[in-house]
Amino acid sequence: MGVSAAEALPAGIKPAAPAVALRDVTITFRMGKGATYTAVSDATLSVADGEFVAIVGPTGCGKSTLLNVAAGLLAPAAGTADIFGAPLTDLNRQAGYLFQADSLFPWKTALQNVAIGLETAGVSSAQARERATGWLKRVGLGGFAARYPHMLSGGQRKRVGLAQVLIRDPKILLMDEPFGPLDAQTRQIMGNLLLDLWSADRKAVLFVTHDLEEAIALSDRVVIMSAGPAARIIGDWRVPLERPRDIAEVKLEKGFHELHREIWNVLKDEVLKGYAQTGGG
Amino acid sequence: MNRLALVGFQVLVLVITLVAWHLLTTVPMSDGKPLVPPFFFSTPGDVFSRIWKWFYEGTIWRHLWITLSESALAFVIGSVGGILVGFWFARKPIIAAIFDPYVKMINALPRIVLAPIFTLWFGLGIWSKVALGVTLVFFIVFFNVYQGVREVSPTVLANARMLGMNERQLMRHVYWPSALSWMFSSLHTSVGFAVVGAVVGEYLGSAAGLGYLILQAEGTFDIAGVFAGMFVLAAFVIVIDGLVTLVERRLLVWRPVADDTRT
Repeated sequence: MGVSAAEALPAGIKPAAPAVALRDVTITFRMGKGATYTAVSDATLSVADGEFVAIVGPTGCGKSTLLNVAAGLLAPAAGTADIFGAPLTDLNRQAGYLFQADSLFPWKTALQNVAIGLETAGVSSAQARERATGWLKRVGLGGFAARYPHMLSGGQRKRVGLAQVLIRDPKILLMDEPFGPLDAQTRQIMGNLLLDLWSADRKAVLFVTHDLEEAIALSDRVVIMSAGPAARIIGDWRVPLERPRDIAEVKLEKGFHELHREIWNVLKDEVLKGYAQTGGG
Repeated sequence: MNRLALVGFQVLVLVITLVAWHLLTTVPMSDGKPLVPPFFFSTPGDVFSRIWKWFYEGTIWRHLWITLSESALAFVIGSVGGILVGFWFARKPIIAAIFDPYVKMINALPRIVLAPIFTLWFGLGIWSKVALGVTLVFFIVFFNVYQGVREVSPTVLANARMLGMNERQLMRHVYWPSALSWMFSSLHTSVGFAVVGAVVGEYLGSAAGLGYLILQAEGTFDIAGVFAGMFVLAAFVIVIDGLVTLVERRLLVWRPVADDTRT
């Protein structure tokens, strides 16, 4: 079942350019006094158009920095990032990014937060508001348009964030542990909502999480990263589960358990290493 | 404590203070004199009849108007300057680094020593008072705007850029609201300082205003006049502060309500 990173991305020519193609990406940070910290080393990863890929790794392995490279927010020290075959030099204009931390504009209402992404693209504010209203309904917040972020629960804020990103209709969706701070039930509901919205117009998704179950339940492929520093991609599995899926039900299937056991065998050692390095924190 | 009882106790404090003041300054002791000499402390009756006279004859309005315009001008000019320079410094760290020691130096200077210079430069009219108020308001607004622009959450900023905002849109949708929220959170302080600048300026040399009234009374040992001026000034500041609270509620509706349940 295991597909090594090399096999997933053949060295030869690919017929259609992948939505995201990271080649030998190394990410380093300057630590002051000339010292550098290598977060990710030689990561090669591609996401085909319409494919849902989850990156799983232990805490602090640099998953998020890899996502920032794909978003164009961070330039890699070595290696390249191609978006639909074109090298990424600036911000990734094709991508929408759902952040882990609160990223809504606290001084805008839910409706204004969703509409802003269209307004920046030159859509008239009346039209932007109308479409934003529609999107708020789609994420189940039709009655919360006038609320400010601080008046919404964590799950509701994530819904607004999802609408804010999706209203721009990005070809690529980058998600950085978006449901991390939510409770278990809300995560499940949000996961189903995400699959629902995604199945309407399959975007390429790169989804970072530390939760293996969530990764398998949501995605087409699960990529495993080793513990940092200099984290590498150490495994790449296809998820053989059928769609459409319900997150709660898919976790009961036999295929889910087999894959989970197989991946966990690899991931377990890395998680322990990760804990040892961060002192268990 | 419910609201009615609270107001009751607040009024009680006022009544006790006034009664004590009245008794101490009017009731003769065994030596035939009151315990506290009314020459230095006046009496509540004298003070209130003075206030009544000012309002009844209408002489106070001109002074109130002068002080109000000085405060308002100082606030507006100081705020606009503080906002502009705050934005400029926050967006151009090199400029901020170059001017840093001078900003610290001027801010450390007790502003009152500038008053005589301002009087020389701008004369005895309202503008020397406005200038004094501006030097006070400017720095409060400047520091808050500077902080507000620099302390925008990096995640919110990254999100704004991913949502396709250009530099101008970032300014309008991210930096500006953030800076304004910091500025408004210091609105009470900056408005208060605008009034302080006006009154202190008047006190040091002027021909009208509440500070002038108090100075005149003091010059003739008219203690009732001094106290009356102080009370009018206090009421004036409370009214302005109330207005600021109203404005603040309207403008900062998006912010979580601070814990106000102590009462």
